[in-house]
Amino acid sequence: MKKLIAVIFALMIPGAAFAAGPAVPLDKAHVDVTNEAALQRGAKLFTNYCLSCHEAGFARYNRVGRDLGLTEEQVQQYLINTTDADGAPTKVGELMKVAMTKAYGSEAFGAAAPDLTLVARVRGTDWVYTYLRSFYKDDKRPFGVNNTVFPNVGMPHVLWELQGRQELVVRTEVDAKGHEHEVTELKLVEPGTMTPAEYNQAVLDLVTFLAYLGEPAQTERKVIGIWVLIFLFVLFVFAYFLKKEYWKDVH
Amino acid sequence: MTKMLTGLLGWVDARFPLTKMWEEHLSKYYAPKNFNFWYFFGSLALLVLVIQIVSGIFLTMNYKPDATLAFASVEYIMRDVDMGWLIRYIHSTGASAFFVVVYLHMFRALMYGSYKGPRELIWIFGMTIYLVLMAEAFMGYLLPWGQMSYWGAQVIVNLFAAIPGIGEALSIWIRGDYVISDATLNRFFALHVIALPLVLVGLVVAHVIALHEVGSNNPDGVEIKKKKDENGIPLDGIPFHPYYTVKDIVGVVVFLMLFAVVMFFVPEMGGYFLEHANFIPADPLKTPVHIAPVWYFTPFYTVLRAVPDPFLGVVAMGLAVVILFFLPWIDRNPIKSWRYRSFLHRLNLILFAIAFVILGYLGVKPVAPALAELGLRMTEVYFLFFFVLWFHSKARSAKYNVIWFAILVGLITIYDVVRFDTLGGDQQAFMWMWVFPAGYMFLMNLLPVFTKLNNEKPVPERVTS
Repeated sequence: MKKLIAVIFALMIPGAAFAAGPAVPLDKAHVDVTNEAALQRGAKLFTNYCLSCHEAGFARYNRVGRDLGLTEEQVQQYLINTTDADGAPTKVGELMKVAMTKAYGSEAFGAAAPDLTLVARVRGTDWVYTYLRSFYKDDKRPFGVNNTVFPNVGMPHVLWELQGRQELVVRTEVDAKGHEHEVTELKLVEPGTMTPAEYNQAVLDLVTFLAYLGEPAQTERKVIGIWVLIFLFVLFVFAYFLKKEYWKDVH
Repeated sequence: MTKMLTGLLGWVDARFPLTKMWEEHLSKYYAPKNFNFWYFFGSLALLVLVIQIVSGIFLTMNYKPDATLAFASVEYIMRDVDMGWLIRYIHSTGASAFFVVVYLHMFRALMYGSYKGPRELIWIFGMTIYLVLMAEAFMGYLLPWGQMSYWGAQVIVNLFAAIPGIGEALSIWIRGDYVISDATLNRFFALHVIALPLVLVGLVVAHVIALHEVGSNNPDGVEIKKKKDENGIPLDGIPFHPYYTVKDIVGVVVFLMLFAVVMFFVPEMGGYFLEHANFIPADPLKTPVHIAPVWYFTPFYTVLRAVPDPFLGVVAMGLAVVILFFLPWIDRNPIKSWRYRSFLHRLNLILFAIAFVILGYLGVKPVAPALAELGLRMTEVYFLFFFVLWFHSKARSAKYNVIWFAILVGLITIYDVVRFDTLGGDQQAFMWMWVFPAGYMFLMNLLPVFTKLNNEKPVPERVTS
């Protein structure tokens, strides 16, 4: 208990705490959650590649299907790859869970695979977009890859077949003031099944889907918001003139 | 029809003071006619209270106060409950809006001296509301059971553990466990949805009754009850209803527009209203790198961090809140409104507001040497403000001004000398920030000696415009 208190105070004492932030600059993900085609492609990638270790345990298949313009049959056919305890395909009304347990994840990867339902709200879309494009070969790591955005991450590069393999190139650059900087770059050394442009687009689709998944109501919320503001504006006009009328005789 | 209704009203009035209350508090409650923009925030605070209670009731229907279910139940509200996201965002935006409105309402009281006699009790009730509101917001913030909920609560409850002797036992008693746990979540839920709202509503009633007993202050700080017509109606008063009800409707609509903009388009408000890390479920084994309280607590959090000793830090933070209760007796200047106080008094209030905002900004930032030093300097200005407020209660002699300036700037300097060696070199580089408190004291204590900036103006007999 005393130790806990000490730790907590240490966190608050000047100098002891430090900022959490990625060491590398993040690339901008131009996400458009109203792009239905991108969302559908992203959902396919997500269920095929992510949703075997990571779950999206707060989201339901049928809600995703409804929001992405898919029928329940399409959801069952294209998005659901899991089965229930009896071996029957998971039903569309179910949450997007996976069979891998936290304990197994910890043992196999060093850390349990986090739930991805809210990852876009936690990390931001730019982070996820850059992260998924920043794996590089590193023979010192158990799965042979490391990541510049999330150093020493436990996750293997699941999309490597699509992207190919990258290597980290470190070179020294001299800036205008004569200071030397170490610049790191990722270089594609072994092409994947996609060109770099195609891979970037695929990751963007995936990130778009994750952005949607973080808050399914976001498109609806903005539409309702505009109507509410229009209503309030009309109400304001009436309220303003009502006040003016009543206050005519106050001097 | 009308006859029937009149009859019904008479029947009720014979049994319940309906018409009497309507008249006392609305149609025959005479409010000064010169209320300005700043007078919207009282009624808006009442509106937000209602919004929070109503949205809170609907949240309670779907939320589960259980450490294993709480986080998922909030996401269930966001996804599976019809319009659940709207209810949740109303409540989360409302929490921040409550503090925005209350802070502006309190600053209004500072500007126009609304806490001064005979309105001391209104101020005390109001301060108590503010205190209970802080407890209410703090306990509500634990309920989503995210990482910031959990670790924020851990940090705040541990503040009590810093009290010598009883601290440890006290913090365990508050949590009901050795760490924040299911027991804590359950009791915070009970306090958040029943106990504190009841207290809050009771205090608001007391606040309004006290206000209606003595009457509202106004931007001129003139008592309208002193000048009445032959019917005993204040010459500068107008009935609250319909004049201020129709005026407040305009304020309410504008407020709701701003509220809607946040709620529908930026509900997270860039991570200030809903912190990003709070979308991660609480994990007692994983301390986040940077624990920041929600923005409305951060000014006091900075005060806490400005003091190196944990216990003294807690004392300073408590004092920063408690000292506000004593404003009516600290500021003894008979002139209420800053319109007729000196230029330096107006400057003093503005600098205080700026210091408060800077303290708040620093509280959301991770600590860095420059920011830590600035936090201490703004804390010094925060507390010096109350001295200056007392000091400017009446005209002081030049000698008195100089002596107090020397004493206070001297004390600050001595503290700087004492702490200098305990600081890291990177923070020592920011010792020049000494000029903030010293410069502040120069403005407030020495300018009155050399200039006429501390001269006051005559207060008019009746309200202007």
